[in-house]
Amino acid sequence: MIRVEGLTKYYGENAAISDLTFNIERGEVIGFLGLNGAGKSTTLKVLGCVLAPTSGRVTVEGFDVVENPHEIRKRIGYLPDVPPLYDEMTVGGYLAFVAQLRGVAKADVPARVAEAEKKTALTPMHDAPIASLSHGYRQRVGVAQAMVHKPRLLILDEPTSGLDPVQIVEMRELIKELKGEHTVLVSSHILSEISQICDRLLIIQGGRIVAQGSEAQLAQRFGGTAGTIELELKGPAQKLIDAVKAVAKVDEVQVVKLDGEQLELKVFASVDVRAEVVRALVTAGADVLKVGRGASQLERIFLQLTHGQEVV
Amino acid sequence: MRNVMLIARRELAAYLRTMSGYVIIAAALFVLGVLFNAWAMAGTAKKSSEILADFFTLGSGLTLICSVLLSMRLLAEERQTGTIQLLYSSPVKDYEVVLGKYLSALAFLTLFLVTTFYMPVLVMAYGKVSLGHLAAGYLGLFLVGSTSLSIGLFASSLTRSQVVAAIVGLLMVVALTACWFLARITDRPLTDLVTGLAWYAHFVPFGQGLVHVKHIAYFGLVSFVALFAATRVLEARRWS
Repeated sequence: MIRVEGLTKYYGENAAISDLTFNIERGEVIGFLGLNGAGKSTTLKVLGCVLAPTSGRVTVEGFDVVENPHEIRKRIGYLPDVPPLYDEMTVGGYLAFVAQLRGVAKADVPARVAEAEKKTALTPMHDAPIASLSHGYRQRVGVAQAMVHKPRLLILDEPTSGLDPVQIVEMRELIKELKGEHTVLVSSHILSEISQICDRLLIIQGGRIVAQGSEAQLAQRFGGTAGTIELELKGPAQKLIDAVKAVAKVDEVQVVKLDGEQLELKVFASVDVRAEVVRALVTAGADVLKVGRGASQLERIFLQLTHGQEVV
Repeated sequence: MRNVMLIARRELAAYLRTMSGYVIIAAALFVLGVLFNAWAMAGTAKKSSEILADFFTLGSGLTLICSVLLSMRLLAEERQTGTIQLLYSSPVKDYEVVLGKYLSALAFLTLFLVTTFYMPVLVMAYGKVSLGHLAAGYLGLFLVGSTSLSIGLFASSLTRSQVVAAIVGLLMVVALTACWFLARITDRPLTDLVTGLAWYAHFVPFGQGLVHVKHIAYFGLVSFVALFAATRVLEARRWS
């Protein structure tokens, strides 16, 4: 659906992005990860036809961003890092305006607005002035405007930025729901915020893509495992360790701490095996005090790629 | 045209829902009212047509300034708040954005001109005024205002600060005003050139009740150039 070849964008003499190349297939949810200033927003602006590239070729559904930006704009919904909202309008009025601006027939506008409001849980705020909305609601209106015309491609630049933990979970659920209908490109500078909902991650640093692939692929490539679990248990140590080792797809069990019957384990597996491990432990007579998803491995990889830190 | 009207309607609603437009119009009406009483209506007995001509002279200056102030937010505010990205990422042509904004400002300017109408009505009540004179004068005011709006819109496309946009716009209209004074101290053929550029030289006949196509053409041409320039600036921003 999206083909990017050698994309470069200069601001004055500074290259914000250099020689980016990647493809995105229809229906994928792609996470665009990088620290602030890495070049995420610039890349998304080019894909959203807001900025023209300095060089390189970008096509969306076969249309070139320089030669046919208009055709692309008809097919995309774009949420910039700051939601583009007119404060003096009401939520409903604004969404109706955006729908018409993006080519929705006048007769279909009320239905599309209602649908977008329903998906983003904005229905009760239909008549509320945008100026009166909290940050979380403004972000939702931003997502609603991007999807109100049912675009094939949704580009969401930092949709979770500035949201509280509950709102972040809600936003993640919303993006998950959008998955079937749209191809979604979502950016963030916080790995854990989006890694769970993405089919594939593109990690960008200093204007270049430093790694790409699914969470499991990245972990595998950089020596980690995606299904790392951290456990805190109470019970017969050796019996419990053996029980965990016997679970299918468990690659390795590491004892982090052992204090009599109290022990902490780290379990490495190629996939998420938390349910199977807990079941085996309970059967073996363990008290399971804590089960954590050990995302730390992937976090370390992300830090290494973006900060140049060593993977340990 | 659908997009132009869509943008124009939204923009006009923004003018009507926010205070800034009303404040600018109210200030301009206040100043115009004071000047009308202090200058146009003052002094010894005057013919109604002379009072009306003075009113249009005063009105042209106020319309000029009022229009620049009304247009300062049109594009600068979109860049300041980031809403320009909504327009850039929508299937809307840059000229449609510029035209939509321009039309909304023209509609609001018309509101200002309508509210000034009580002053000529006062002259009509106590004297004799030709409707042709009135129509020509208001056509002149509308042309001055529309030209000034387009210059202000161009200035607004250059920056994200409304204050800077207003200053740049005012400087441009002051430059076109200065041409009229410059014409008095220059020799031909320079005189012809600066007179040709001076908006006031083209407005004076309207104030006296005369309508010439060449003067209409001047305002039309300056407006077109400014709107075209604003469109090009919008386009260029995508490459910067």
